[in-house]
Amino acid sequence: MNDERTDKIREPAETEPALTPLGTPPEPPIRSRTGDIIHTSPELAVGEGDVRTAERGVQEPLKGTSLWKDAWRRLLKNKLAVFGMIVVIFIALTSIIGPFIIQKATGYSYNYQPPETDLKKPFPPFSAPDGTFSWTHPMGTDNLGRDILARVLTGGQISLMVGLISTIVSLLIGVSYGATAGYLGGRVDNVMMRIVDILYALPYMMIVIVLLAFFGGKSPMGQLVLLFVALGAVSWLTMARIVRGQVISLKNQEFVLAARATGVSTSKIIFRHLVPNTLGPVIVYATLTIPQVMLQEAFLSFLGLGVQAPLASWGSLASEGIQNIAIFPWQLIFPGVTMALTLFSLNFLGDGLRDALDPQMRKV
Amino acid sequence: MSRNGNILSVKDLRTYFETEDGTVKAVDGITFDLERGETLGIVGESGSGKSVTNLSIIRLIPEPPGKIVSGEILFDGEDIRSIPIEDLRRIRGKRIAMIFQDPMTSLNPFMRISKQLMEITELHLGYTKEQAYEHAIKMLDIVGIPDARSRVDSYPHEFSGGMRQRVMIAMALSCEPELLIADEPTTALDVTIQAQILELIKKLKQETGTSVILITHDLGVVAGMTDRIIVMYAGKIFEQARTRELFSAPGNPYTKGLLRSVPDPTSEQGALYQIPGLPPDVAHLPPGCPFSPRCERAEEICRQEFPPFVQINAEHHSLCHFAEEVYAKSLAEREARERQKLTIQQ
Repeated sequence: MNDERTDKIREPAETEPALTPLGTPPEPPIRSRTGDIIHTSPELAVGEGDVRTAERGVQEPLKGTSLWKDAWRRLLKNKLAVFGMIVVIFIALTSIIGPFIIQKATGYSYNYQPPETDLKKPFPPFSAPDGTFSWTHPMGTDNLGRDILARVLTGGQISLMVGLISTIVSLLIGVSYGATAGYLGGRVDNVMMRIVDILYALPYMMIVIVLLAFFGGKSPMGQLVLLFVALGAVSWLTMARIVRGQVISLKNQEFVLAARATGVSTSKIIFRHLVPNTLGPVIVYATLTIPQVMLQEAFLSFLGLGVQAPLASWGSLASEGIQNIAIFPWQLIFPGVTMALTLFSLNFLGDGLRDALDPQMRKV
Repeated sequence: MSRNGNILSVKDLRTYFETEDGTVKAVDGITFDLERGETLGIVGESGSGKSVTNLSIIRLIPEPPGKIVSGEILFDGEDIRSIPIEDLRRIRGKRIAMIFQDPMTSLNPFMRISKQLMEITELHLGYTKEQAYEHAIKMLDIVGIPDARSRVDSYPHEFSGGMRQRVMIAMALSCEPELLIADEPTTALDVTIQAQILELIKKLKQETGTSVILITHDLGVVAGMTDRIIVMYAGKIFEQARTRELFSAPGNPYTKGLLRSVPDPTSEQGALYQIPGLPPDVAHLPPGCPFSPRCERAEEICRQEFPPFVQINAEHHSLCHFAEEVYAKSLAEREARERQKLTIQQ
């Protein structure tokens, strides 16, 4: 793109001889209007729009592209991010709908154990109890004869939910905390951020484990809620720091002063004027928080502290599978591969979003 | 509310900033009045305290490090300094509005123009969404944005600098304020747009009868716009006079220097005059006149004693030991110029 531009700038110079032999000044080169527009640097893009509107006339106003549309276009250009997005959407959809379909088709759900004693043993993928090919269990069954596909999909529901809800919790706490600290500044900011520092210094995995060990274990659902709270409460710290930094750099901009000069209240300035301006980094960090939280959940479940049977998550499925890895490897492989694929995809998507929302970064 | 009289009256305003380098006396004992419907120009170099004066008026000084140390700011008879912040918020934007220097940054880039314009009327006039929306379109129309209805939902980046400044003016005038403070409204714009914006402010001022304080470092801007001018230097008022008088017969060496540094296209004078030296560091002012190190007229007394604020005539004050002498000289020069003009005409 750079080469193209230098060519265009050089072009008129060739038509401009310094002086004709007789010493008469040359005719000034005629430049077309469109030519001039091409020469303008991207910083002058606003002026370009004006010219275009002027040329088109008033009845057809220039439809501006919003920041989000621009970002969306840039995101679609990033193949890896598009791949990640498709995989995430696919896994999310199959996790939501899949278990119902399996139940309708085969009668198996995540906690259905076949009654016959000889069926309560693991089968390899695509095999019927008599060893022949069958579509009933594409991922095989586990030690109790439960369908692993149904369990992976239901586990996906829980894993994704943990990731999503914990991220939303961290978003709500982190953004409001960070924005308030950043905007108010001074002593308030100091105290608020020292609290964050202290929480940072604590080994948060230990806190989550202690929390779960103390209050958990009453019912599978209660354990799940506790998991949401524990992970969310711990993962807002970085979000608060990011938002605080953004707000500090924004609060001295003139539009904040202008808002104050029009009598807008402090809370409205923070949440209507400043927070939307921090959305770019916040969205990026949030999409990168989801896989992080999911990994933590898997870790906790793997240790037996997270999701409890008969509920399943990818972490707890992997934990069950690893006990039989030598004999029944599919019990680990399928949940493991699904989780890895999801985490990869979410990270690709997060990276893609960062590039799309922050074009200046990408140019470097 | 009396129709006549002072809308704003500032008495001995002092705004200081505590810095590591000592106390910066950004505004140090400013006194002035603004009549209803009047336009006041405040002129001065960068760092002379123009903007701080006006931020002080609506108490938007960043605190800390800034602080209004003393003084009285009477807005329509009420002391702004003693109004609780909640009530002050109702004055800001509704009765005192501001236009800022850089239209590129003074609009929120993430909010539609319509939303930003609606915010102020919903807040202060209690408009419903529909009313506020219609009002926003009306205001854009008034400030000369073509096809306001289809452009009102644009984002700021879709507007050019001049258009954004028009939006800022529309926002400032939405609630028909009694006082409009324009802090260098044209500095960030190019010359043709400057003229348009000034013309617009002038026109709207005539239509609404708003009082205006116009802050600028461009003498050309204030010349055609204002009734009275205050010249500031180092946080102090150096000269105060009617616009005509100030331009034709300045009573202060600093004002004279400023006027001489305005380029005059009709005369071929060679290099443009500039006042020697730099504006002083307001944290460490010498005991005498703060302008004395740069002043052509300075004598020993200027370096020793702080000059008096001399009243030259009813509406003309100057902060100088030799105010009367400088004024007399200016008058003589004016006569000489007029005589010269007459001879040329004859």
